[in-house]
Amino acid sequence: MNAPLKKQHLIDPEICIRCNTCEETCPIDAVTHDNNNYVVDAEICNYCMDCISPCPTGAIDNWRVVAKPYSLEDQYSWSDLPAQEELETGDAAGSSIEALEDEVGALLEEARKGLGGKAVAPHSASKPTVNLYNRGKPAKATVTGNFRLTHADADSDVRHIILDFGDQPFSVLEGQSIGIVAPGTDANGKPHLVRLYSIASSRDGERPNTNNLALTVKREPNGVCSNYLCDLPRGATVEVTGPFGATFLHPNDPAANVIMICTGTGSAPFRAFTERRRRAMPDAPGRLLLFFGARRPEELPYFGPLQKVPEKLLGKHFCYSRVPGQPRVYVQDRIRSEAATVSALLKDANTHIYICGLKGMETGVDEAFADVCRGASTEWTALKAAMRETGRYHVETY
Amino acid sequence: MNLMNVDYTTKIPNNVNLAEDRQVLKALEGWHPGYLDWWNDMGPDGFQESLVYLRTAISVDPKGWAKFDYVKMPEYRWGVLLAPQDENRLVNFGQHKGEKAWQEVPGEYRAMLRRLVVIQGDTEPASVEQQRHLGKTAPSLYDMRNLFQVNVEEGRHLWAMVYLLQKYFGRDGREEADDLLRRRSGDEDAPRMLGAFNEATPDWLSFFMFTFFTDRDGKMQLESLAQSGFDPLSRTTRFMLTEEAHHMFVGETGVGRVLQRTCDAMKAAGIEDPNEIEKIRALGVIDLPTIQKKMNLHYSLSLDLFGSEVSTNAANFYNAGLKGRFQETKIEDDHRLTNDTYPVAKLVNGKITMVDEPALTALNMRLRDDYTQDCAKGVERWNKIIEKTGVNFRLELPHTAFHRDIGEFKDIHATPKGIIVGDAEWAKVKDGYLPSKADGDFIESLMQPVSEPGKFAGWIAAPKVGIDNKPGDFEYVMIAA
Repeated sequence: MNAPLKKQHLIDPEICIRCNTCEETCPIDAVTHDNNNYVVDAEICNYCMDCISPCPTGAIDNWRVVAKPYSLEDQYSWSDLPAQEELETGDAAGSSIEALEDEVGALLEEARKGLGGKAVAPHSASKPTVNLYNRGKPAKATVTGNFRLTHADADSDVRHIILDFGDQPFSVLEGQSIGIVAPGTDANGKPHLVRLYSIASSRDGERPNTNNLALTVKREPNGVCSNYLCDLPRGATVEVTGPFGATFLHPNDPAANVIMICTGTGSAPFRAFTERRRRAMPDAPGRLLLFFGARRPEELPYFGPLQKVPEKLLGKHFCYSRVPGQPRVYVQDRIRSEAATVSALLKDANTHIYICGLKGMETGVDEAFADVCRGASTEWTALKAAMRETGRYHVETY
Repeated sequence: MNLMNVDYTTKIPNNVNLAEDRQVLKALEGWHPGYLDWWNDMGPDGFQESLVYLRTAISVDPKGWAKFDYVKMPEYRWGVLLAPQDENRLVNFGQHKGEKAWQEVPGEYRAMLRRLVVIQGDTEPASVEQQRHLGKTAPSLYDMRNLFQVNVEEGRHLWAMVYLLQKYFGRDGREEADDLLRRRSGDEDAPRMLGAFNEATPDWLSFFMFTFFTDRDGKMQLESLAQSGFDPLSRTTRFMLTEEAHHMFVGETGVGRVLQRTCDAMKAAGIEDPNEIEKIRALGVIDLPTIQKKMNLHYSLSLDLFGSEVSTNAANFYNAGLKGRFQETKIEDDHRLTNDTYPVAKLVNGKITMVDEPALTALNMRLRDDYTQDCAKGVERWNKIIEKTGVNFRLELPHTAFHRDIGEFKDIHATPKGIIVGDAEWAKVKDGYLPSKADGDFIESLMQPVSEPGKFAGWIAAPKVGIDNKPGDFEYVMIAA
């Protein structure tokens, strides 16, 4: 496997006036200089972004995705910045940086573990923007809606929360996440850890051309961030970082078939995908197929609205595991019972698979796909690897 | 109170807990109306009502130390901002090296320190006065905004010095603070203290040269004051340096854009020889030899700001721990300099000769050398711009003996190459080295304002990047707001 790509922070020597402000500002001495140039040491820089706003020229705000970081000597020798090099993995390479913050990068890496290999964005996905905002410089969003999605007598409290960004730029793609840090400190007096939430709305907002986005948040017992979010009143201000994620993205190709498998709040990105299809390409030839697991209909987020989505746009398979008097059905059971449809789709090179939800579902789903493949005389392990490498197999579980 | 954030609860934004420092707050509030009068009289002429997209310091923390928004200049929040205090900071040079940095003025150095603060303070309003008419001939809204940003930040630097005077120097300090508003650049009776700050800034090329060369002297002075054992002076100048960087930027890119435009126009017209001045001027751009002359003028005027090459004042300031060398803490020596020497360019028997002088008295020379090196790097970057266009011309800093009014060479005439010439010869060649009246008239003829967003006057190229990452056609100044 190739070395992982890295986003390297660079200073444009053509624009830089060598004022020393960045070197003076950097809290960890990642910026240094010789008689020729000011440069950033890729081994030290931790993307804290402290140097960005004091720079008088804008020279500081340059980034290249690299397989091997440029050394200090390389950088000292430049009179202008090198172009972004073509990397072996093609145009998807530039978009494979999921986040610039290690904290968030680690969370996403954990969420992608079920992939069994390097995440690759769909070829036809739009280029994502990542890390417009970070802990040091968060966006400030206003809560413009906070609705309970689950039935009043359901055990779980899952909420649809709408965040408006006003005039701050916050461009997102379907499948990306944002970061929320609950205010205050933990028992040790440290700031709380960041939590990631998938965006449940389309890139152009909850309604077309609004600068807002929706989240699907489940209240977790003792969950600091989820309780903070679920309790937010309308009009409250929330600090948001991100957007994050550069591979789990909706394909723009109308011919793409999209198989979406989720449980609970894992449905958030698929709501976004469906909305994108409905708005941007309602007559797309590619199929959307949803396998959605919940304990009961009352606990299935967006149960009501989903009923109204026409079957032509979205094939829906709801799988309930706790309806009294009925056998327990999990998403993997439904994938098996729909083997004919699923195996036909798997044979199509336009088919993409997305899995989002609890980690516990991964094994069952994987076995179900293996069974479907066996029935069609194909080999799932090889197919999965091929789909992953071509940006057609995606996992985000937690 | 959170010292990282600016306190807007009082009239004067600050991070020095003014709210609880009633005496100083009162003094500053008393000084404020006079300051506003000065700004309205002597600040940018004709644009006091315009909305300008300006950066305001709201915190000294890098994560939020500047915020951009439209503001009318007289409503700009000039404040008192000091870099965060380091409890363990020491005096890093001179005879007190190793002592804890002083939070109050040491009695024996009171007069010396006051003088340092007043000299620095006097330059800040002076440049605003010198530049007050330039708004009317701005080559673009982008440049106009940059000019006004420089102006309001010079204004803030005045505030910073006035704070020190009022906080630490009692009645004397208050009187000095008032005098800073009384003197006027170029005034017969009450001129500014230093020569270069009484020269006119007649056109935009002068403005760019001034911000490159003269503000760079400011940078060097601030940097050496940032080394001071008097901690409040160190902290205030350290924060001023981050703003000064913007001024360097305006100067360096301003001249760079003029060079770019001239070379592009020459190439487009098929003119290879940079000395075909009339042909080049006919294109509506400033010829390179004239740019060299402007550079000669501003560089030599700025060298005078460093004072005499050999100076006991400088030695005393250093010995006392009040004013260090450029990047003092990065230099590896004993930081006392009692037995060291430093080579100084002097006039010996009518010849320019390097003479070893005691390092302590040669500190002005040393700082000037550091300055020259810093300038030379910028000039080299200008040369790269020229080189890239394929035009065969190089800009060069003139010799330090050229066109001097202060120091070793004030009584002689030397060419930019450092060749000493007599008065008669000088009178003959002078116009080849310094901008003549005709040169000035030509440049002035180009100074026609351009105020359509995204458009630039024909003698200057557009910048490569917008301020605050704004797009090219951003309306940096809403003139008739």
